[in-house]
Amino acid sequence: MMKLGDGAGVSNAGGAAARGLAIEARGLVKRFDGFTAVDGVDLAVPEGAIYGVLGPNGAGKTTTLRMLLGIIDPDAGLRRVLGHERPQEMAHTIGYLPEERGLYPAMKAYDAIAFLGALRGLPLAEGRKRGKALLEEHGLGYAIDRQIRQLSKGMAQQVQLLGTLVHEPRLVVFDEPFSGLDALNQGKLERMIRGLAAKGTTVIFSTHVIAHAERLCDEVAIIAGGKVPFAGPVDVARDRIRPQVRLETRASDGAWRRALPADARHEGAFWYFSLPDSGIEPLLRALIEGEAGILSLSIERAGLHDAFVAIAGEAAARALEENVAEEQGR
Amino acid sequence: MTTQTNGGRLSTLSAAYIIARRDFVASLFSRSFIFFLLGPLFTLLVGGLAGGIGARVQQNVEKPKLGIAMSEFDVLAMTRARHELAGRLGNAVPELVEVRRLKPGESFDPAAALAGSKDNLGAIVSGTPAAPVLTGPAERIEAWQGEIELIAAEAVGTGPEHYPTVTLGKIAGTSTADTRQSRVLTAQAGQVLLFLLTMLLAGMVLSNLVEEKGNKIIEVLAAAIPLDAVFLGKLFAMLALSWVGLSVWGGIIGVVWQGSGHSLANYPAPAVGWPMFIALGVIYFSLAYLLLGALFLTIGSIASTIREVQMLSMPISLLQIINFFFASYAISKPGSAIELAAMIVPFSSPLTMIARAAQDPALWPQAVVIAWQVLCVALLVRIGARLFRSRVMQSGPARGPGRPGLVRRLLTQKNEPALQGEQ
Repeated sequence: MMKLGDGAGVSNAGGAAARGLAIEARGLVKRFDGFTAVDGVDLAVPEGAIYGVLGPNGAGKTTTLRMLLGIIDPDAGLRRVLGHERPQEMAHTIGYLPEERGLYPAMKAYDAIAFLGALRGLPLAEGRKRGKALLEEHGLGYAIDRQIRQLSKGMAQQVQLLGTLVHEPRLVVFDEPFSGLDALNQGKLERMIRGLAAKGTTVIFSTHVIAHAERLCDEVAIIAGGKVPFAGPVDVARDRIRPQVRLETRASDGAWRRALPADARHEGAFWYFSLPDSGIEPLLRALIEGEAGILSLSIERAGLHDAFVAIAGEAAARALEENVAEEQGR
Repeated sequence: MTTQTNGGRLSTLSAAYIIARRDFVASLFSRSFIFFLLGPLFTLLVGGLAGGIGARVQQNVEKPKLGIAMSEFDVLAMTRARHELAGRLGNAVPELVEVRRLKPGESFDPAAALAGSKDNLGAIVSGTPAAPVLTGPAERIEAWQGEIELIAAEAVGTGPEHYPTVTLGKIAGTSTADTRQSRVLTAQAGQVLLFLLTMLLAGMVLSNLVEEKGNKIIEVLAAAIPLDAVFLGKLFAMLALSWVGLSVWGGIIGVVWQGSGHSLANYPAPAVGWPMFIALGVIYFSLAYLLLGALFLTIGSIASTIREVQMLSMPISLLQIINFFFASYAISKPGSAIELAAMIVPFSSPLTMIARAAQDPALWPQAVVIAWQVLCVALLVRIGARLFRSRVMQSGPARGPGRPGLVRRLLTQKNEPALQGEQ
């Protein structure tokens, strides 16, 4: 029988075993009315890590997070959150910000934070005290006594975010946390996430914006069509594809052209191609001997976007870009 | 109350308390509560309309009968006379029930016989057809005096020239029949009040959940606490709110009533007595509301839009009206299979039992049915929470454009993929 925590199965980055796992899932499956939304997802989130779940809308991110939190149960597979196979048993040590934000409009900001804390077991009086302090600390002191309906959407979102953290959880799960925030507040949120991780809190967030994941995450899970084709450190994802070579030459043609790999493409003044298996030195020698007249040559490590394209496929990457464009258009 | 379980999660009751407290405070200071306080005016209006049904029930309730205790010859003469008159006058003459055939010289106490009778007797006629004695409550014997004179005259063969004089033997209090009629009235009043209040409150709890879905906070709640607790909290918050409303209105009505010189002591007590009747009224009101509220919450939780909520709640409201008629009809059939069925069907059960409390002093059936209703509430809350978890939490916010609503899904093919845009 498959068991979690036996060290087998889930591929994971180095350090995870040493730190222990905040979340461990194996073979999670969820079907709705015959449609398989999540199809055998494996995840291993190290304690204290910033972990990104990356994929376009409809990939299965929210369903996966909901299963990890115990909001819904998987049809198959195993999950363990903070050492417990029933995630809701650890509710007081978990914070969750769903993608669809929501607060009671008539509640005052500090009361809303206290209420969210109370749901996680924090006494109401303590929650109110902490709520006021958190609002002051994050530059929202003027909104303490304001009702949620009197706040802007972005401010209400920040209040909910603080409510997610008021009980000082060990694990924080954000579903599309950057969605709906302006650039300034996105930056603030990135700093907050780093701050949480620095204090040892595990942060897992879903996003369809690769840049956020690339800047923040120690590890990512790429999810597409309900499956996870890759889960592990960002560097490992990048290493899945060869570094890209950018070459500029004086000569436009000549014997040196035969040294270029078959996938080389010419755009403007530059040639682009993947670094050959044999490395850069034989290529350089061939270019020099073929009198290419090298003006510039750079080797660039693949970005997470390229890795995503390579791992999840062109269609998933296109869907991801469409999601971003759609959001920016809103 | 925010104590945690050992496992690090709020217990269902603690979580329900948090939800209930939030909902209660939020609703108490809302404009909708003002409307709730105005609700009894609506109750009076609809109560007037429901009076028609009450009149119908009154017609169906067994009519009081006239007991007869005379010599064998006189009993037969009176019975024949009554039969002949009934042929001409119809139901205007009371039905005769033979209480006793008296032997010569046998003494008879009509007041004692009336009090101890299990028949629906309004009064007892004794003596002889030539000199009848009518014993019973003043109101009843005065109403029947003329009919007895007719029957007696027919029995002695002297009518229409001479009518025997009826001697009236007034007794204090009410006869079995009058008590029964008063209790039926109490039962009807209890049913109407219970029905209208529960309908009003169940609608409010449904609006509350729809608002909750609009606020999109439900997922935060579902992630932190058991959904059973969310349902329970919402139900009990509204129940507590209704108690506040009832206390306010009960207080106002009580003061006005007392001030105008009325007292419950002046009215025939329900079979279980006024204190127990009021206590049972509160219990059945609470249970009727919890049953209907749990059902409405379930609908609210599985429906995607307000339109769906309206479409799904309308048949439930209509069914509840049918339940009300069912329970009203059962008043006129005490001890019958119809009454038993009305007691068992969860949604007519509280209405039936409050009526029964007015008419039948036995308390054990009340205890059994209360336990049954509590079980039904628990089951409904559990089913509602499960449906909610399975039907609603299945999709992310980014639904595909073609995702059909619940009603459309129910009306179309069963295995249609519901999650085109599922995330």
